[in-house]
Amino acid sequence: MKAILKDLKLHFATLILFGLLFPLLIWAIGLLFPHQSNGLPIYKEGKLIGFENIGQKFYSDKYFWGRPSAMDYNGASTGGSNKGPTNPEYLAQVEERIQQFLDKNPGVKRSEIPSELVTASGSGLDPHISPQGARIQVARVAAARNLDPERVRQLVESHIEAPLLGLFGTARVNVLKLNLALDEMDSGNNTDKELKSGL
Amino acid sequence: MNTELFGVVAILFLTFILAWPLGKYISKVFKGEKVWSDFLSPLENWVLRICSIDPNESMDWKRNMKAMLRLNLIFFLWSILILMIQKYIPIWNPANIGNMEATLAYNTATSFTSNTNLQHYSGETGLSYFSQLLVICFLQFVSAGTGIATLALLFKGLVQKQAADLGNFYHLFLKSCTRILLPLSIVVAIIFLLNGMPTTFAGLQEVQTLEGDTVQVATGPVAPVIAIKQLGTNGGGFFGPNCAHPFENANYLTNISANISILLIPVALVFAFGFYLNRKKLAWIFFGVMTIVFLTFVSSAATFESSGNPEIAKLGISQPPGSMEGKEVRFGAAASALWGVSTTSTSNGSVNSMHDSQTPFSGGIFLLDMMINAVYGGVGVGFINFFMFVVIAVFIGGLMIGRTPEFLGKKIEAREVKIASLVILLHPFLILVGTAIAAFTAAIEPAIGWLNNPSYHGFSEMLYEFTSASANNGSGFEGLADNTPFWNIACGTVMLLGRYLPIIGPIALAGSLAAKKSVPFSSGSLKVDSLAFGVVLLGVLVVIAALSFFPALTLGPIAEFFSM
Amino acid sequence: MKRPKNLKLFQSQIIKESIIASFVKLDPRLMLKNPVMFTVEIGTVIMLVVSFISLSPDSGQGSFIYNVAITLLLLFTVLFANFAEAIAEARGKAQAASLRKTRHETEAKLLLSDGSIKTVSSSQLKKDDIFIVEAGDTIPIDGEIIEGIASIDESAITGESAPVIREAGTDHSGVIGGTKVLSDKIKVQVTTRPGETFLDKMIELVEGASRQKTPNEIALTILLAGFTIIFLLVTVTLKPFSDYANTAVTIAALISLFVCLIPTTIGGLLSAIGIAGMDRALRANVIAKSGKAVENAGDNDTVLLDKTGTITIGNRKATHLYPFNGFGKQEFVKYCLLSSLADPTPEGKSIVELAAHLEPQIVQKTAKDGKFIKFTAETRMSGIDLPDGTQVRKGAWDAIKKWTGANGANQAEKEIEGKIAEIASNGGTPLVVSINKKIAGVVQLEDIIKPGIQERFARLRKMGVKTVMVTGDNPLTAKYIANQAGVDDFIAEAKPEDKMNYILKEQKEGKLVAMMGDGTNDAPALAQADVGVAMNSGTQAAKEASNMVDLDNDPTKLLEVIEIGKQLLITRGNVTTFSIINDVAKYFAIVPALFATSIPGLNALNIMSLASPESAILSAVIFNALIIPALIPLALKGVKYKPIGATALLTRNLLIYGLGGLIIPFIGIKLIDLVVSLFV
Repeated sequence: MKAILKDLKLHFATLILFGLLFPLLIWAIGLLFPHQSNGLPIYKEGKLIGFENIGQKFYSDKYFWGRPSAMDYNGASTGGSNKGPTNPEYLAQVEERIQQFLDKNPGVKRSEIPSELVTASGSGLDPHISPQGARIQVARVAAARNLDPERVRQLVESHIEAPLLGLFGTARVNVLKLNLALDEMDSGNNTDKELKSGL
Repeated sequence: MNTELFGVVAILFLTFILAWPLGKYISKVFKGEKVWSDFLSPLENWVLRICSIDPNESMDWKRNMKAMLRLNLIFFLWSILILMIQKYIPIWNPANIGNMEATLAYNTATSFTSNTNLQHYSGETGLSYFSQLLVICFLQFVSAGTGIATLALLFKGLVQKQAADLGNFYHLFLKSCTRILLPLSIVVAIIFLLNGMPTTFAGLQEVQTLEGDTVQVATGPVAPVIAIKQLGTNGGGFFGPNCAHPFENANYLTNISANISILLIPVALVFAFGFYLNRKKLAWIFFGVMTIVFLTFVSSAATFESSGNPEIAKLGISQPPGSMEGKEVRFGAAASALWGVSTTSTSNGSVNSMHDSQTPFSGGIFLLDMMINAVYGGVGVGFINFFMFVVIAVFIGGLMIGRTPEFLGKKIEAREVKIASLVILLHPFLILVGTAIAAFTAAIEPAIGWLNNPSYHGFSEMLYEFTSASANNGSGFEGLADNTPFWNIACGTVMLLGRYLPIIGPIALAGSLAAKKSVPFSSGSLKVDSLAFGVVLLGVLVVIAALSFFPALTLGPIAEFFSM
Repeated sequence: MKRPKNLKLFQSQIIKESIIASFVKLDPRLMLKNPVMFTVEIGTVIMLVVSFISLSPDSGQGSFIYNVAITLLLLFTVLFANFAEAIAEARGKAQAASLRKTRHETEAKLLLSDGSIKTVSSSQLKKDDIFIVEAGDTIPIDGEIIEGIASIDESAITGESAPVIREAGTDHSGVIGGTKVLSDKIKVQVTTRPGETFLDKMIELVEGASRQKTPNEIALTILLAGFTIIFLLVTVTLKPFSDYANTAVTIAALISLFVCLIPTTIGGLLSAIGIAGMDRALRANVIAKSGKAVENAGDNDTVLLDKTGTITIGNRKATHLYPFNGFGKQEFVKYCLLSSLADPTPEGKSIVELAAHLEPQIVQKTAKDGKFIKFTAETRMSGIDLPDGTQVRKGAWDAIKKWTGANGANQAEKEIEGKIAEIASNGGTPLVVSINKKIAGVVQLEDIIKPGIQERFARLRKMGVKTVMVTGDNPLTAKYIANQAGVDDFIAEAKPEDKMNYILKEQKEGKLVAMMGDGTNDAPALAQADVGVAMNSGTQAAKEASNMVDLDNDPTKLLEVIEIGKQLLITRGNVTTFSIINDVAKYFAIVPALFATSIPGLNALNIMSLASPESAILSAVIFNALIIPALIPLALKGVKYKPIGATALLTRNLLIYGLGGLIIPFIGIKLIDLVVSLFV
């Protein structure tokens, strides 16, 4: 009995130390870095329009598309497809995505499609695609927005994030950031167009 | 590809560089020698005083094990209670998460108490912030502390001569948490925090997307929980997809930090063995044996993931990024493969990609890694498991040179062989019997709907679940619909057995070794810090694991691989 | 001449007996002792049932012939294992029988309490009975001489034809039943009950029935049982696994897989190896009281060896005669000879030998005459008073100094002292001779180190065994001899308790200590030592205290015993390694065979490209069965121990038994498959 009392006391002591004080300490440090500790939110006109690292669902032709998401980019319930590599149902689904992509992006050859564009990410929120994945969408996006493809291409190139220190990891494009920049570029453009059309 | 490879090399290089001094530090902490963190001792002494624990009281193996079991039982009861009433707790539940169902609560409480962190729930929908901190974060410290303290008992047993004292579990447990886990967790948590992993008590965030849709995004006090989850080989994610989730693993830098954190303490404990017993060369042999297996696994998995899924290749698209199903672009295929091997080696169980979707060969490697369960292994317990293989290797090696086997001067006799055999036997027993029951059920009742994938891969999902539970790993082939009473109870029980028996047995063995007198080393003795013994050890490790699981692996990943 | 040590490995008589015994041993109660082979026997019974089931055409268990073939192969696996054990036992028995031949019923002259003698049969003797043996009689039972001295022919036991002297009250008072008294009459007390002599115990040890497993054997059996359980799990769970995969596997295939995986090779040979180890000890004329004693011998860290007889040949020998004080060489030799002719000590005899060698003609002329003066503790001299009144004395320098009244002052004495110091520092013992109280010269006595002993010690050092020489010599001489012989340490001026103390000191450090002894005052040390070997000629107390008895009374036997112990463990270890590593190849034979039809992709694992699933399984089972008899010679002879250092030895054995165990079954199974596929 005495031993159990001893153990109970130790339980609550460690509970307070590690279940409470430790996270609160980190939370308190986080107060000094509100942007980071809130997950790098992006606000536009005071409204939360996303987080830098949380991918969003893009399906309009005018936006660069991110990766397929098994959870449809639902940030409240995330996850991957957990499809096995030889699952026939899964392979049919990938084939369907390839077809869809080819339909919407005429001129892109099948062999040019990088695998991440037709496979679901692990989190269902992957914010990135490969540079190749962005480049093959340039034509569609430019056409949809009636922009000079070259400008869109340059935008893509300028949004390629190099590997860490140029040495470690992958080169990638953050789709949300690219689309934000695209919108920004286009809004300037739209004003031009609006002026031209005399509205 | 090259930068991906550099990334893998950098992670391994940094891990090994950091593990050496950490091992030295851990050895000093275990021995109670002077270290920089002694400023914490007033706090520890205060805690011990209010708990009326005498830190210098020497305890034999039985008293230590009773203390460990009682304490862990309390952890378990506390956790299951909170999980089942979390809805009624008025604070820290902004998303109004409900109570856990009983079998799921049992599974979750055993899972986190046993340092497994197998999750049959999804973090963002299953747990309140209160539970995340006062159950999950708490258990991630104390279950890791339990493992590390247990290893300290083993170390002590190996140096004792004709004595019963293995040290004081309470004291070692507390110091493992305060001196080893806490400082590292603070550093890692700050790195995570600064890279945009949230630390907030705000609830779901409503986001107006560019497309004009409205979505909810879950956040929470993520950074501290993830730090200890990696360092303590816990692996229980804050969110469903674990470290694939951008809030749990924001970028390549956090991925490097997290992957190092996964490996760091398990590797350091191997070196700590060398410092504690002053047998550094032997520690290098152990490290070498583990690392050979580890690097073999890493290089094969990385090769297979980077070269992509052959079935996808047949569809005619390009796979320069490798096999990307279930992976994140910011980590890439190679780093995902490394993480997979790291997490299955160390019984961590956190994932940065979906193991279910990895190519069959890699999936097989992850399975085999957990079947061996001693390549670095979980904090404390990994080395303890490895030690059981050492006992068997010493026994066989000793016979091969014509001496009654001895390890570090202690004779390995029937009692030691019995304990080691039973502990080693337990793992295949739990895995094979569990999987057999599941496979039998799935075969007669295909409509049961457990499996997300058909055929061999479906078998792998069941095999993986029991392997992960028995190895106290916690990762999963998550396609398995595992939140059912069968899987909750079966895996919960497997986790308990797979955790505590392989601790109690070896500590009893350590107690028996401590009581023995020490035989001096002679030129006729088996030289354990020799390459030849390393080969025996490697052989025992690989042969026992391979022989026990080859048929099971054949029907899962191997059949899938060769049928592609 | 010793009994032929290398009994041919397979004598037809022994083989016949062993074959019969292998069937007798199928009795499950006997099989239960060996858990590995017991499971194979159960598998055989199951297969027998399955064979009958397979007669029904829709059983799905494969053809009847195939099932019967597997059943028979499993039966043979068990029989081969039984045969291995039986043949080891039979050889042990044959060895023991040749010893036992000596102990058929003989008559004993029992001495009754009233002093009369009654002739009884030897089997009627009880412990502590006293009997009389005279020249020409056979000693009826083991005992200890309590009165008298006799020369005894022990050739029946030891194979040594030269008679030995046994005397009451000495360290050589033990007599063995079955040996023959050649001269004199002795009174002997029975020390053991009939049927409980050391030899009887040894015979029991090599005959399976009462054989106790050694601790090490128990540990290995546990490990093997562990493996067996693992593979039982593997096989049993394979059934639901393959059900899930929609693959029908036959019971024959599962049982074959199981039997191939469990360590049948070591399981089948384990007891044969143990018995063969005991047998090898017996062949070396060492009677071990338990298997553990033999195994312990292999673990020795320290060996205590008496200098005399072990390191040096017999006793000290005179090697040089140095005349002084104007004595001529011939004259000095003559006096040395005269003083020693009646001297029964080994030193005295060696002086005679040396004199005969130096001046053969003098010896012939010199008659054994005069009054011999015996060595006493008081005078510490011996010598002779010749009929002409000449007094010749020889002894240590200080004793002679006292006798002659010399004070070391004059030139001659100084020269002699110089010589004495020179001899002592070279490990010799100086003996000063005086004639009529005048110093005449010095006899140099020397220890002769046995040829080849240095190599043996070097070998022991390689094994990690520390050698300690025990001698009554002074430290200076002891050190010299120790260096010469290459022992690691020595105990000089040793008293009986010094041995004991040394053993205790070593044991405190955790070492295992072996010693050999014969005297009663050795008994406590023999009992304390981890391995105590008593000479058969030793006293009963010494034999009781030790755990081995050497029939040859050969003090270097310890070294042989250590190697036998090591060999025993090595054989066990290497066959275990070989057995377990064999599984890799067997997996590659059987697993693809199990699934190849339903999962064609798995044919990729059929790396030996075996002809068909049936032939693959049959080949693996045949290999598994045949490897047992193939390794019987190895089990019986033991793996050779090479003292090349532990790590080098491990590397070597890993290459032979580890790598070999990996490769050989691939080749073996493939070859068998080539043959089997002709029929299947």
